[in-house]
Amino acid sequence: MLTAHHTQTMNPVKSLKALKHALGDSGYQIQVLNDHDKLGRHLPLFREKIAPFGLFPLKPTQIDIFQVNVGKMCNQVCSHCHVDAGPDRKEIMTQETMQECLDVLRKHKFKTIDLTGGAPEMNNNFRWFIEGIRAIDSEIKIIVRCNLTIILANKNYHDLPEFFKQHRIEVVSSLPFYTASRTDSQRGNGVFEDSIKALQMLNAMGYGQEGSGLTLNLVYNPAGAFLPSGQDGLEKEFKKALKTKYGIHFNSLFCITNIPISRFLDYLLVSGNYGEYMEKLVNAFNPTAASNVMCRNTLSIGWDGFLFDCDFNQMLDLKVLGRSQHLREFDMSELTNRKISINQHCYGCTAGAGSSCGGEVA
Amino acid sequence: MTNYYNSEDLKKFGKIGEFGAKDMAADFFKYYGGVFADGALSGREKALIALAVSHVLKCPYCIDAYTSTTLEKGCSEDEMMEAVHVGAVMAAGVTLVHSTQMINKAKELMM
Repeated sequence: MLTAHHTQTMNPVKSLKALKHALGDSGYQIQVLNDHDKLGRHLPLFREKIAPFGLFPLKPTQIDIFQVNVGKMCNQVCSHCHVDAGPDRKEIMTQETMQECLDVLRKHKFKTIDLTGGAPEMNNNFRWFIEGIRAIDSEIKIIVRCNLTIILANKNYHDLPEFFKQHRIEVVSSLPFYTASRTDSQRGNGVFEDSIKALQMLNAMGYGQEGSGLTLNLVYNPAGAFLPSGQDGLEKEFKKALKTKYGIHFNSLFCITNIPISRFLDYLLVSGNYGEYMEKLVNAFNPTAASNVMCRNTLSIGWDGFLFDCDFNQMLDLKVLGRSQHLREFDMSELTNRKISINQHCYGCTAGAGSSCGGEVA
Repeated sequence: MTNYYNSEDLKKFGKIGEFGAKDMAADFFKYYGGVFADGALSGREKALIALAVSHVLKCPYCIDAYTSTTLEKGCSEDEMMEAVHVGAVMAAGVTLVHSTQMINKAKELMM
């Protein structure tokens, strides 16, 4: 049951950082993640959990995905956001840093370029960056993590579906649920309605339509302190509900577990679900998911050009270990052989069927 | 015992075999796992049935467990509530259908 205290965390209007909230500080978040009093129980360290499976130290397999967070600014303020993104966040990747990304992409081959934010489209150099990537590699898969509502936010963004199509961008969009109430409770009032309109615009452009070659994937993440279960089953339910009610088509549904950091950590603490949620994650630990975690094939680039093991470590300011910590010092061999930084939040990626930016991993 | 029901006890359910009748507990949990696996009915449909049964049998452990399971399986609020209504209307119907016995008996006795 929602308490009055709990509902205050729904639909926040400012970032934790702007509110000068203690959890706006990444160091404090790591402290909380290791605080047994706050947990109300003793849970094993993540490294102790993966060690028996030969996964500690955790090391990359091969770096296939170059994920760039082009900035924390967003038109939405979602109550679960691990980036603590919002209109008040000013950390935006500059054109110089984007150029440094392009310099790396010119020298090294990746399978996928994955652009995220914030709302990546709010970076003024977003289109320039994509055109730059396409100029280097006309075939490489480029993903844009589009929050959908940005397409309707302002007339300057109305042509995004066309731009995406022109550059054969794979669009990945969050839609926590196929009903308005559960989507809006997480992403803000009116987000569901606008998301549906945006999905219809993308469909009209050919996205998600069979034979078009234009991929539209949706991301499901639980709107609350529970875990996702059964990606295939949920995909069927989403497809049935969205097609029947709104005539919407999409390709795949990715199930993502909410990672206990930033605003979702705040929600867990305020709602009294923190210890129970962490225990659920630990009990659902799956070694197969652990061996397939995304940080083993992904490199995450921050708005200021620093390198991280994943977008979550980026938000916790846990830079890659070793000397190659910035785009300007990019050393593929060293990065491929690095030790991945882990902490208690990593349980979020290894629970059940596992969780990654591409959904289940086991 | 200060409380007959304690939510922490739900976590002990899987360990009842440690107290005694280990093989019976193992048989039960094997059956339990098999029943809730995807089959002719999906795990999602089975979870909604279990949610309704939990209410009809008024088991707080089960309500806790199957509220989480149905949310995890992506059931909507309407689906969950409709499942409980199915249980409720069955319970009401079961009571009311017995009124036919009352009516039969009353007709036997009344002039």
